[in-house]
Amino acid sequence: MTAPQSNDAATTAEPVRPTRVTGIGRVLIAVYGLLALAATGRSFVQIFDPEEFGPAPLAYSLSALAAVVYIVATIALIKSDGPWRRVAWITIGFELVGVLVVGTLSVVDPELFAHKTVWSFFGRGYGFVPLVLPILGMWWLARRGKVRS
Amino acid sequence: MIEWFTWLQLGVATVAGLLGIGLGLADRKPSDLSLGATALVELLLIAQLVVAIVAPFTGNNASGSVLEFYTYLISAILVPVAAVVWALIERSRWSTVIVGASCLAVAVMVYRMWQIWTVQGL
Repeated sequence: MTAPQSNDAATTAEPVRPTRVTGIGRVLIAVYGLLALAATGRSFVQIFDPEEFGPAPLAYSLSALAAVVYIVATIALIKSDGPWRRVAWITIGFELVGVLVVGTLSVVDPELFAHKTVWSFFGRGYGFVPLVLPILGMWWLARRGKVRS
Repeated sequence: MIEWFTWLQLGVATVAGLLGIGLGLADRKPSDLSLGATALVELLLIAQLVVAIVAPFTGNNASGSVLEFYTYLISAILVPVAAVVWALIERSRWSTVIVGASCLAVAVMVYRMWQIWTVQGL
């Protein structure tokens, strides 16, 4: 804390009190956990429902991959120190790229992703949360990095 | 699923969700009110589980994937529990927001369950 970035004088006096940023970070982590659960659930159903898996291995493999990445990102956000910070950046970056690429592809060529993944149509089936969340996640990581250093 | 019960459950979960987020943003720590509302949401989910198990025996069958239905239902049952445990460990306003968000998530999941049970081809 050599150069406090915060313009709130009270926070400099009490360095241990959780700030508003880390507080909102809790909500972010909770929503990430929820999305990890949603992606895992979807992937579980697609893989284990015998009538489902056959027709779209690409979409369903992607669902499983997305689920794993959301789980790792959630853990990384909870730890969010040392090497976990980098893990958080990588997984959240991957999610943003994933939702943009798959979202665009599903609009340009709907046949390719006719079956649902969390990223199809920019996460429309999940209230666009998969599109908004990585951006908020990066904002929070950047913000936290500033406060720390 | 029973239609009126599903709508009741959806209403309660939505109100509990908005209440939690509202109280949290109004700087309230988790209270009997916000946690009680969440407990009610959880109770209704357990009731829904019983209904879902019994309904097929009365000729009320799910029209969609039963596996998908139960994945949603079991996940939905876990979500408020996780949120309340979190709220008890960390008593901050943001925990109240999280408890509310968990109830809203349950509302969405119950609606999806209703779709799986009744509407096909979505």
